[in-house]
Amino acid sequence: MKTFDSIIIGAGPAGLTAGIYLARAKQKVLIIDKGMGGGQVILTHAVANYPGVPETFGYKLASEMKKQAADFGCRILPNKEISSMDLKGKVKTVTAEGETYEAASVILAVGGKPRTLGLESEKKFQGTGISYCATCDGDFFTGEDIVVVGGGNSALEEAVSLTQYAKSVTIVHQFDHFQAYAHAIKAAEDNPKVSFIMESVIEEFLGDETLTGIRVKNKKTGESATIEATGAFIFIGYVPSTEPFEGIINLNDRKEILTNEDMATSVAGVFAAGDVRAKKFRQITTAVSDGTIAALSAMDYMHGPDPDKI
Amino acid sequence: MTLDTNLGHVTSAAELNELISSNENVMVCCGRMGPMCVPVYDSMEELEKSGKYDNVVFKDMLFDHPEAAVIRNLPECRNFRGLPFTIYYKNGKVAKATSSIQSKEQIETILKEVF
Repeated sequence: MKTFDSIIIGAGPAGLTAGIYLARAKQKVLIIDKGMGGGQVILTHAVANYPGVPETFGYKLASEMKKQAADFGCRILPNKEISSMDLKGKVKTVTAEGETYEAASVILAVGGKPRTLGLESEKKFQGTGISYCATCDGDFFTGEDIVVVGGGNSALEEAVSLTQYAKSVTIVHQFDHFQAYAHAIKAAEDNPKVSFIMESVIEEFLGDETLTGIRVKNKKTGESATIEATGAFIFIGYVPSTEPFEGIINLNDRKEILTNEDMATSVAGVFAAGDVRAKKFRQITTAVSDGTIAALSAMDYMHGPDPDKI
Repeated sequence: MTLDTNLGHVTSAAELNELISSNENVMVCCGRMGPMCVPVYDSMEELEKSGKYDNVVFKDMLFDHPEAAVIRNLPECRNFRGLPFTIYYKNGKVAKATSSIQSKEQIETILKEVF
């Protein structure tokens, strides 16, 4: 058993910020991540609105955050899958790959993952027609007809960005209106290469070795039609990675962790920060804010007056 | 023109040919410093450092380097439309090629399968 003051699960901006604050306050901190760490920031090509940092690559910002946390003394364990945890008692335990770690407080900063359509044919064409990153793969579709799935800011902004490569971009959205900001909707509507198929869902991606078409079903009429397309970019949001916490921590109906303004969850000594938390705005800056508050609240919890004695 | 990683870089077709002819097992990730590529480089760095795969040479190559045509034009990559292109060479020949992001777990599965 290895003992820490605080265990942070997730090494994105929220978790790393919490680690920086705790380690700088001389706490012994373990940060565990099931991947390489960095969170959704590494999926962002350019970050231009992080205060004090001129436009930079997402991976660079994440890498600097990781280095800063490690330099302050955080022990960072990447690629560790957690097999079990006990968060209820005063001493919390987390087991990953046969090693058990204990701490007085735990911060959950596990973030989310890109939502997929969940179609079998979607898996088949990943890397050969289906992509989740316009800046990475857009130029493979130069002069071709492609589809963007989704109706939020990412979908509309990326659709417009993809028109610099594609011959045409068709946005397929399940509702009769978009969830994006007005300026993003206008930019898409004003672009002559962009067209829209509303109130429709993807039924199947078609093709042999590469994508050649997409079967789309109109939700209102029930009719299906095939669109010729060699590429599909999917931007339908994120799902919180909270499966391991179901039944342990209170979640909302979207499976996001419920916290109070101090980032405290329904379990004493367990805090949550970043995209995994139920909240309206998900930005790097709001994740950093959550991480700061979670760390300071964890400090209060560990070193403040014992609430049982007040 | 190389990638900003801690991996060894391949900078020419001749260098790649020399590498795969003088090493039995070679993994080369050909990409950019983009969101789908960086996690693959990170996984490769970790696998290289782990010592578990000392029988494998891990390298990267900048996708936009003119010499990277040696990878871009491989028949095994003709249908690829997602970065990075990751090639596993066994005894100088392509044993496996993947397109787009791969997790460390997926990479290890392939390493065990082909090497």
